[in-house]
Amino acid sequence: MAIGQAHIRFEGVTVGYGDRLVQRDLDFTIGRGDIFAIMGPSGCGKSTLMRSAIGLLRPIAGRIFYGEESFWEADPERQKILMRAFGVMYQGGALWSSMSLAENIALPLKEFLALQDEPAREIASLKLALVGLAGFEDYYPSEISGGMRKRAAIARAMALDPDTLFLDEPSAGLDPISSRLLDELVVRLRDSLGTTIVIVSHELYSILSICDNSVFLDTETSTMLANGDPRLLRDESDNRQVREFLTRGTP
Amino acid sequence: MSAAQLRLSHPGAGVLRVQVSGSWTLASGLPSTREAEQAIDGGGALSRLCFDAGNLETWDSSLVNVIYKLARHSRSVGVPLDLSGLPEGLRGLLDLAEAVAPHREVQDHRPDTPFLADVGSEAIEFFRSVADILRFVGGVSVSLGRMLRGRAHYRASDLFLIVQQVGAQALPIVSLISVLVGLILAFVGAVQLEQFGADIFIANLVGLGMVRDMGAMMTAIIMAGRTGAAYAAELGTMTVNEEIDALRTMGISPIDFLVVPRILALVLMMPILTLYADLMGILGGALVGVTLFDIGIYEYFRQTRSAIDLFDVFGGLFKGLVYGAIVAVSGCLRGMECGRSSAAVGTATTSAVVTSIVFIVIACAMLTVAYDIMDI
Repeated sequence: MAIGQAHIRFEGVTVGYGDRLVQRDLDFTIGRGDIFAIMGPSGCGKSTLMRSAIGLLRPIAGRIFYGEESFWEADPERQKILMRAFGVMYQGGALWSSMSLAENIALPLKEFLALQDEPAREIASLKLALVGLAGFEDYYPSEISGGMRKRAAIARAMALDPDTLFLDEPSAGLDPISSRLLDELVVRLRDSLGTTIVIVSHELYSILSICDNSVFLDTETSTMLANGDPRLLRDESDNRQVREFLTRGTP
Repeated sequence: MSAAQLRLSHPGAGVLRVQVSGSWTLASGLPSTREAEQAIDGGGALSRLCFDAGNLETWDSSLVNVIYKLARHSRSVGVPLDLSGLPEGLRGLLDLAEAVAPHREVQDHRPDTPFLADVGSEAIEFFRSVADILRFVGGVSVSLGRMLRGRAHYRASDLFLIVQQVGAQALPIVSLISVLVGLILAFVGAVQLEQFGADIFIANLVGLGMVRDMGAMMTAIIMAGRTGAAYAAELGTMTVNEEIDALRTMGISPIDFLVVPRILALVLMMPILTLYADLMGILGGALVGVTLFDIGIYEYFRQTRSAIDLFDVFGGLFKGLVYGAIVAVSGCLRGMECGRSSAAVGTATTSAVVTSIVFIVIACAMLTVAYDIMDI
C-alpha cells in the first residue's frame, strides 16, 4: 500500500439534478490512505458530490476515477464490483430498523462473501467491538442513542473491509466527547487498515484535527474554491471565504 | 498467494506460539480456532501466548477476528499475551476492539420468560390496546366537539385536500371493483335462476345485494386498503420524523390537527362513494342481464326499482358511514401508535388494514341483525 498515491480522481466533474447544477468543473485528487474532507457551507452540494462518488448519482459532466478506472464509464457489472470497495456511512446512519445491529453488519457479509450465519456474526461482533459497541449485537437501531447509531453505521460500512470509507456528516448532532471519540476511531482505522476515508462535513474541529487534505465547495459560484491541507488553507489561503469558513468568520 | 494457515508450536517451556501465514481473506471463510483454544486451555503451565506473522502475505478482518478471539480466550483463562509478532496495523485494530469493555446488560436484554408469563403479558397487552382504542375514540369525540364549536386547530385547506384524496380520487378503483362485483353477483344468480326461467330476478338479486350490503362492504374494503393504510403510513412517518412531537410542543393537539380532518373526510365521503358503488354494481349486473340473458334494459331497471326501496338504500348508506368511521379511526389510531422506526410504519400500516377489515365484518353482522330486528 502506497499512502498518498492517487486513489480517487475527480476530472471536470459537474453534478446536479436535471437542469439544476449544484457544483461544476471539480478537479481534485484524493490520495490513498488520506483522510479527506469535502467541506463547505450548508447546501453547497457536499452530499450531492458524495452521491456521485459512490455511484448513486451520475455526474452531468466529467469523470470520477478509482485508480485508473473511470467509474461512470464502466459497465454496470464492473460498477457493482467497484462499489463493493466502498463503505458508506449515511448522515442519519441508515441502519435497517427491522434488523439487529449484528444482522445489519452480517447482511453484506452473507450476500457478497457467502459467509454462513456463525462466521458472519463473529465478524459482525468484531466490527462492533472496533467501534466500541461490543455486547450490543442484539440491539435494534431504535434502542440505541444517535451517537451509537453513527458508530454502528461505521461498523456496517466497514463490513467488507472496504478500500474507501465515505462518511457523511459523521460528527453532526454528537456531543463533543462522542465527536472526539469518533474522530479517533477514524484516524485509527486509517492507520491500522490504510483505508482512504472521505468525510463530508462542516464540523471545523474534526476537519482541522484529523484531515490530511480537503476541498472547499462554494454555494454562490457553485464550484470549488480551494483544495489542500485544511490547516494550511486556514492559515494561508488567498481566498477570504475559505479563511472565514475555517476560522468561523473571525479574522 | 498461498492459503491461510494457523499452526501451533511450543518454542519453549510454557510458551505457545500461534503462527499465521498465507493470505487471509473473508472470501475464503474463517478458519477454526478450536484447536488453538484447546491448547490454551490444556496447558495449565502456559506462561505466554505469542504470535508469529513472518510468513503472512495479505490479511483482512478474517485474521483480526481469529486473533481477537484467541486474545479474549487467553485473557479469560489468565494466559499473558505477547502480540509483538503481529503486524502493527493489526495490533492497532486489536487495541481498538478492546478499548471499550463489552456492554454488560446484554444478558438481561432479552430475558427468557416462561410460557404462562408470555400468555399473561399478551392478555394484559390486549386489554391495554382495548383501553387505548377507547381512549383514542374518546379523544377524537372531544376534538370533534371542539371542531364543531370552532375551537379546534386545523387547516380547512387540509380538510378539502383529504376530501378530494379519499373521495374523487378513489372513483376509478371504486368503479372498477363495483362493476365487477355486480357482474359476479349477476352470473352467480343467473346460473340458479335460469333453471326456473326466472332470469328477470337477476335484477332483484344484484340490486338488493349491492344496495343493502355489497356496495358499502366493497367500498369499505377498498378504502381500508387505500385510505386507511395511507393514513397509518402518513401519521406513522410523521411520528418517526418527530413531526407529531413538534405539534404537541407547540400546544397543537395532533388529534385536532391531523386526525379529526381525516376521520371527517372519510365519514363524509363514504356514503357518497357507497351510493356510487351501488349504481356501478347495478350497471355491472345490467350488463350481464342485458347482453347474456336477453333482458331488456328498461325492463331490467324497472325490476331493480321495484325490488329496492328507500330503506334499503339508506340502510346501505348508513353501513357505509359506519364502515368509513371504522376505517378512518383504525388508520389514524395505528398511525398515532406507531413506533419510531421504518419497520414500525410497515407494522402500523398492516395493522390498520387488518383492524379495519375485522371491525367492518363485525359491524356488518351486527347491523344486519339490527336491521332484521327493526324489519328494515
